[in-house]
Amino acid sequence: MITLARLWRSSTGRFGLVVVAAIVLVAIVSVFWTPFDPKSIDTGARWLGPGWPHLLGTDSTGRDILSLIMTGARTTIFVAVGAAAVATLFGILLAALGALTPRWTREAVAVLIDILVAFPVLLIAMMIASVWGGSLWVVVWAVGIGFGVNIARVTRPELRRVQHSDFVLAGRAAGLTPLQNLTRHLLPNVAPIFIVQLSWGMAVAVLAEAGLSYLGFGANVTEPSWGLLLSELQAYITVHPTSVLWPGLAITLTVLALNLLGDALREATDPTLRHGARQRIPHEAPGVVA
Amino acid sequence: MIRYALTRLLLLAVGLAVASAIIFLTLRVFPGDVAQMIAGTNGTPEQVARIRTELGLDRPLLTQYLDWIGGVFTGDLGSSFLTGTPVTAELAEKARVTVPLGILAMAIALIVAVPFGVLSAVRRGRADGTAISVIAQALAAVPVVWAGMMLVVVFAVGLGWLPAQGFPTATGWSTPWLALRSLLLPALTIGVVEGAMLLRFVRSATLQAIGEDFVRTAAAKGLTRTQALLRHGLPSVGLSIITVLGLQVAGIIVGAVVIEQVFNLPGIGRMLVTDVGARDLEKVQGELLLLTAFVLAIGFLVDLLHHAIDPRQREAE
Repeated sequence: MITLARLWRSSTGRFGLVVVAAIVLVAIVSVFWTPFDPKSIDTGARWLGPGWPHLLGTDSTGRDILSLIMTGARTTIFVAVGAAAVATLFGILLAALGALTPRWTREAVAVLIDILVAFPVLLIAMMIASVWGGSLWVVVWAVGIGFGVNIARVTRPELRRVQHSDFVLAGRAAGLTPLQNLTRHLLPNVAPIFIVQLSWGMAVAVLAEAGLSYLGFGANVTEPSWGLLLSELQAYITVHPTSVLWPGLAITLTVLALNLLGDALREATDPTLRHGARQRIPHEAPGVVA
Repeated sequence: MIRYALTRLLLLAVGLAVASAIIFLTLRVFPGDVAQMIAGTNGTPEQVARIRTELGLDRPLLTQYLDWIGGVFTGDLGSSFLTGTPVTAELAEKARVTVPLGILAMAIALIVAVPFGVLSAVRRGRADGTAISVIAQALAAVPVVWAGMMLVVVFAVGLGWLPAQGFPTATGWSTPWLALRSLLLPALTIGVVEGAMLLRFVRSATLQAIGEDFVRTAAAKGLTRTQALLRHGLPSVGLSIITVLGLQVAGIIVGAVVIEQVFNLPGIGRMLVTDVGARDLEKVQGELLLLTAFVLAIGFLVDLLHHAIDPRQREAE
């Protein structure tokens, strides 16, 4: 709750919270109501410009672009949440293996994390797609694994540090099993870093979904997706350039909001960064240094 | 230094081994029977068996892996399961588009990131400095696909300065101006988006440098703040830029995969997309290995360079 209040006080945090909440709201509303049926084809209403009743215009088959974007938000949220869930599980597993196990497995996992972190998410996705074919699950798994490694890299040293603290030792002395100690003492202590990473990871997931759906390895044609919409509209870009604006803006806004939310979360949870960036550079005011 | 280089080289070798094993296992074990896939649903068991022997798929996995890796060392990345064309030759041809595209994109990213990043740090808290950070933050959130389309709308459709799509495949680099023209918009797309991300690192590195004792001391000795920063601060900024540039290479490769599709360029990225779509696993295997090896090798070089330049790291030994 305190974190939330702190988030709200920073302008970037507020922006992130409001936009993310708005997108979730739009996705929920789209389940019950959209201005038009996003799948209904109306050849009489092809390529209408933005106006009434098609607020953002229509596409090559007369589908309402606003309705398509509203339903597309569902796909975006599914991918972001799914990828975050996979990244959480995979990240915790790797970090725990790399921090809490005997020395040789610990160091082997550390090296493995260093290697895996170099794999770009898109290449992981291509590898998965070439075997199992394209689907939204490809995006979820690829971003989940790719970002899970990232999370593990950041969390592992933190876990190591916390592991040597007195309260963990006390927990062990009180007879907690390693797993109990992990869930009760270790994870809550690394949670702040984790949540910040997840916010950034969700931004990556949204971008990856757009890119992969555009390439044909994400959403299939029957699923609503901003990336897919982009690729459909691209074919007519020379004649109808404005229609391409909307799905792109939707993606950009979502990614921006998640990025800013991550930044603000970091500032809100990391005491050394609190009160904005000014404290980060203490030497700037010479009086303070003395 | 040599000790460090050797340790780092060992890590690179382990990295390559792990990466190749992951790629090989994923593409060979999970898809099931590749021979059956090639023969199609109508293939007779004899046909399937013949394909399996021809492609060497009946041998033990370890033999197949070692065979593949052995080929890689002699520059042979195998040949297409579907058409039989050698992968290396095709990659070399496609590299003529992708490598210049990547270099151009990297150059643009640096031109965007370094001056504006330093400027936004020096002018922090003022209108122009804030404006640069806000724009960079927004640009870093733009999907590369869409950025490419928007640039096409402005520079190709609107102004008509540059081609919207394609590459002069027939003449290639023998008509350098035509070839370069067709790469400008794609490179600009990747460069600006990647540059915006890089800018944020340059900015925070510069902010840190401004706060360093040696910059403050230089300023106290009579240099202006800008002089002190340029003369004493920037070297340490350069160091962190090198590190981030290494990470940026991966971003540019990913950007190329997507952007070559947007601009219909016959490069390695588009080749990978086509092969993944066609599920030509042997080709995908070679392409993925090449790209990951490249990313790992760049990481290695960056670490070495960083180590060679940074006096603190040398003294730590």
